[in-house]
Amino acid sequence: MKSLEELKAIRERMQSQVSMRGEDHSHTRVVVGMATCGIASGARPVLTKLSNLVQEKNLTDKISVTQTGCIGLCQYEPIVEVMEPGKPKVTYIKMTPEKAEEIVERHLIGGHVVDNYTLSSSDIK
Amino acid sequence: MMTEISLNILDVAENSTKAGAALVTITVDADFEADQLTVSIEDNGCGMTPEQVERVTDPFFTSRTTRKVGLGVPFFKYAAESTGGSFQIESTIGVGTTVTATFTLSHIDRMPLGDINSTIHTLVVYHPDTDFVYQYRYNGKSFTMDTREFKEILGGISFDTPEISAYILEFLNENKLETDGGVQY
Repeated sequence: MKSLEELKAIRERMQSQVSMRGEDHSHTRVVVGMATCGIASGARPVLTKLSNLVQEKNLTDKISVTQTGCIGLCQYEPIVEVMEPGKPKVTYIKMTPEKAEEIVERHLIGGHVVDNYTLSSSDIK
Repeated sequence: MMTEISLNILDVAENSTKAGAALVTITVDADFEADQLTVSIEDNGCGMTPEQVERVTDPFFTSRTTRKVGLGVPFFKYAAESTGGSFQIESTIGVGTTVTATFTLSHIDRMPLGDINSTIHTLVVYHPDTDFVYQYRYNGKSFTMDTREFKEILGGISFDTPEISAYILEFLNENKLETDGGVQY
């Protein structure tokens, strides 16, 4: 069985480098819809992918990945919203882990909105 | 329609956190001798009135304002009952809610349990203010994860710190493997 001793060891290692990662005004928020509609259309792997990539690419001090409920656009789930300070909110629809990867690369790192996947680019509004 | 039992668990437990629960207890108990899988989600959230409990399995009832349907609980109920199993929901205002679903393991219509570890990991990491107790039983063997024990060790270090998040997932993966030998069902 995996023991709690290991967790203690991790804490010891980290104690020296604990910093408050409080959200400030320069923080970008990435929000994944996780109500019934989102979960049923595959939001869990999208959330996992986003949060893993943000960690792997050491972006956690600039970007936080969180979840929310239903925003009333169930037919477009899984939905990912990107809220950058000082910029209009970008709503990505019908997400998959693969598309999420593209968004991390091109939008969160590259700074360019991936227009193909946004709500405003979809045919039906 | 959900594709995994674990996604139903994620959905229903999300409701528990929205109900302001301080503690959510999730039990997954697979007993192949009895041919039964029992799942329960118990919370100490705000609870529901008898009228709400009555209507919560109705797909056209929800307390949300963003849409007019509430499919989470009906999905879970249907998933259990279509395997010849059963579904109960008990709730008291100010005390909490308990949802219990029983599945017949061998039934052709039983959906797979699915990635239960990801479900529990997602719940724990994204709801830092809620405590979770997760008990997994497989043919009599079991393990328990209690996030209050983690918090006691970690002090203020948050669960979404990469190292801690990875530890929690490993904790779930390793202990589940030791409990059920990695059987998929």
